[in-house]
Amino acid sequence: MSTLAPIIKQHSFFSGLDDETIDVVTGCAKNVRFEEGTVMARQGDPANEFFLIREGRIAVSFPAPQGGGLTIQTIDADDIVGWSWLMPPYEWQFDIIAVQPVRALAFDGKCMRAKCEQDTELGYELMKRLSRIMVSRLQATRLQLLDLYGNNRPAQT
Amino acid sequence: MMPEVHQNPLTNRESEAPMLPEAWRVVANDWENHDTFTLQLERDSGGPFAFLPGQFNMLYGFGRGESAISISGADEESGTLYHTIRRVGTVTRALSELNPGDTVGLRGPFGSAWPVERLFGRDLVFIAGGIGLAPLRPAIRYALAHRERYGNIVILIGARSPEDVVFPAEIDQWSGTEGVETRVSVDRATPDWKRNVGVVTNLIAKADFDPSNSAAMICGPEIMMRYAILELNKRGMDDAGIFLTMERNMKCAVGFCGHCQLGPEFICRDGPVFRYDHFKHWFSQREL
Amino acid sequence: MREEPQILQRADFGALFTALQSRGFTVVGPTVVDQAIVYEELDSVEDLPIGWTDEQDAGRYRLRRRDDEALFGYVVGPQSWKQFFHPPHVKLFGASRDREGALRFESSNEETPRFAFLGARSCELHGMAIQDRVFLGSGYVDSEYAGRRENSFTIAVNCGQAGGTCFCTSMNTGPKVDAGIPHDLALTEILDEERHYFVVTVGSEAGRELLSELPTVPAAGPETRAADELVAKTAREMGRTMNPKGVKELLYQNLEHPRWEELADRCLTCANCTMVCPTCFCTTVEDVTDLTGENAERWRRWDSCFTIDFSYLHGGSVRQSAKSRYRQWLTHKFATWQDQFGSSGCVGCGRCITWCPVGIDVTEEIAAIREEP
Repeated sequence: MSTLAPIIKQHSFFSGLDDETIDVVTGCAKNVRFEEGTVMARQGDPANEFFLIREGRIAVSFPAPQGGGLTIQTIDADDIVGWSWLMPPYEWQFDIIAVQPVRALAFDGKCMRAKCEQDTELGYELMKRLSRIMVSRLQATRLQLLDLYGNNRPAQT
Repeated sequence: MMPEVHQNPLTNRESEAPMLPEAWRVVANDWENHDTFTLQLERDSGGPFAFLPGQFNMLYGFGRGESAISISGADEESGTLYHTIRRVGTVTRALSELNPGDTVGLRGPFGSAWPVERLFGRDLVFIAGGIGLAPLRPAIRYALAHRERYGNIVILIGARSPEDVVFPAEIDQWSGTEGVETRVSVDRATPDWKRNVGVVTNLIAKADFDPSNSAAMICGPEIMMRYAILELNKRGMDDAGIFLTMERNMKCAVGFCGHCQLGPEFICRDGPVFRYDHFKHWFSQREL
Repeated sequence: MREEPQILQRADFGALFTALQSRGFTVVGPTVVDQAIVYEELDSVEDLPIGWTDEQDAGRYRLRRRDDEALFGYVVGPQSWKQFFHPPHVKLFGASRDREGALRFESSNEETPRFAFLGARSCELHGMAIQDRVFLGSGYVDSEYAGRRENSFTIAVNCGQAGGTCFCTSMNTGPKVDAGIPHDLALTEILDEERHYFVVTVGSEAGRELLSELPTVPAAGPETRAADELVAKTAREMGRTMNPKGVKELLYQNLEHPRWEELADRCLTCANCTMVCPTCFCTTVEDVTDLTGENAERWRRWDSCFTIDFSYLHGGSVRQSAKSRYRQWLTHKFATWQDQFGSSGCVGCGRCITWCPVGIDVTEEIAAIREEP
């Protein structure tokens, strides 16, 4: 068993998968670290990876022409970031920035796609898990769109 | 057994005229951000003013009218009261224009309170949205002052942007306290913002508390509270462990004017703080 | 307060006015104004609607001449007595700036009037008792209301006929004035072929004291029997009925019943029902300043849950639709009121039915909701 396998097994995204499956996906993973402020991926870059965050915080941002940009979401430890590797054109849609020092596992997208094609049961399981995350992110984004704290409050006159 | 909310002990109920304000003097009036300010008031007549965390006062702007404003803190030594107010209408605008030395009318305190001292031994989860942190602050301060009597304390704060966060210095102080998990999440920020971005309810799933022995206190927009409850339930927290505070139109604060009714509850008198399991049937109804 | 009933002859009725006036009371009672029987200050028995009666139905009210000279030969009109305890417009306080610019607050120091209410019906006494629980019995005390209530003297009248929209028997609030419901004296008006008299019973110590001054004689068996029979006949003639059983649970479980939508198509949200209702108590406030800007006043004014502003929150009103506003009123009156004040908010007086411009009938609506959707 690779040294990464126990880490993967403990992460909530892969929790409950059997050892055999864990070994299969571990084959696509590598350990990565990013200093605070690192742009881990840029909008338009080929999306070859997704990240399993072990420690730290990353920001999903829209780049702005004058620099800086606008963060619309942060993702903390025990979560994952990136699904552009799943479907064409396999390009990052946002900038991914480490706002704190980040320890993560990077999964090779091509490798994962190949494994999913070979083992459709694994593929389906991973799609379900990814869909759940995508739906909850979509719902959270919708809530954000409401501008809750801006207008809908309070009974003061 | 989960405790009930604190009903107003009604220190002011003996009052001959519950609709008559008392003069309070403005000690300071400071902007928290572009639309929110904190009025620091002292009682013209002196004398003690007892209140419980979560209670509110009716503040009167001369000739403009009254507005229900929760008490956001008190200075024990000087006896001054803090009210943190968002400028949204005529009355709050008039209040925002007050200067030190001016007087306002004040009636109160009114309403039910966070049952903080009935929750010893539990983990506490505070969830605030926007100016919703103001009514929670006295409860948070109480919990931190009695830190050893509680389990973990989790403070989750949502705001529109980093500039909209109220009490930032105090939040930093809370963040530095051991055994207190303080998280701030804003709807949008620049990448130099080191805290969270996203709806505050995202933070509930991974917050460090034991759902079987904890209580949550929530104050914010109703939609936010709805999602917060959903997330707390997902974690396994019982409805009886969830306390929330409601806002409705209020003219009198004593149950006479009828405006703040929501189902059988007068928000001014039976609330504003409710235990969710008692309030659930009414909370989920539209246009009620 | 068990006393033998007394007989007061119609010819001696003026003595009642004299006794009340000599005690400093302003007598208030029914009188005909603009073709309706309203409650106003009365100088003498001649101001009463002598020989008048009313015809009432959903959205309909007409005065008719009677073929006798009864003083109380009608039921209730558009007004209730609440206007005298809970005035439609009342000053809460005055505020002024002193030389240093500091605010001073003064409560309204008007003298509390002393009213004697002549001709209050059983349903109306129940209405007063319900408002007592709102303003006196649920924690805070409304001093204006308390003072006016304390100062008042009430002469009730047992109903000798039922109106077309009456349903007090359903709500257990009449037509007979029960000893248990606060009042000072109660009258039953009897007109037979030869005689016109009143059977008077005592409801309080103050009532007993006043009665002792009136030229009465103890009632005989046939006279008290005539009074009892008259009220029993009224009870049998109710214009409407309503089944109040489980109405709270019924409405709590039917907040989304299709009937509300259907109702909203008819309801004009005009607020008439809330204005004529003897128990509706909602108010709003008004702030006024004088031209110098140094003096301000805060006034309280009757309000209605049918107005869109009523539920205004920054960002919009909570109850936007007519459906939600009608639902609020009816659900409050019949259901949430029970949780709030321990009784129904309805006394079955029928005013909301009579004075609804489109004739919405609460008894019919509740019956419709009771049926399966």
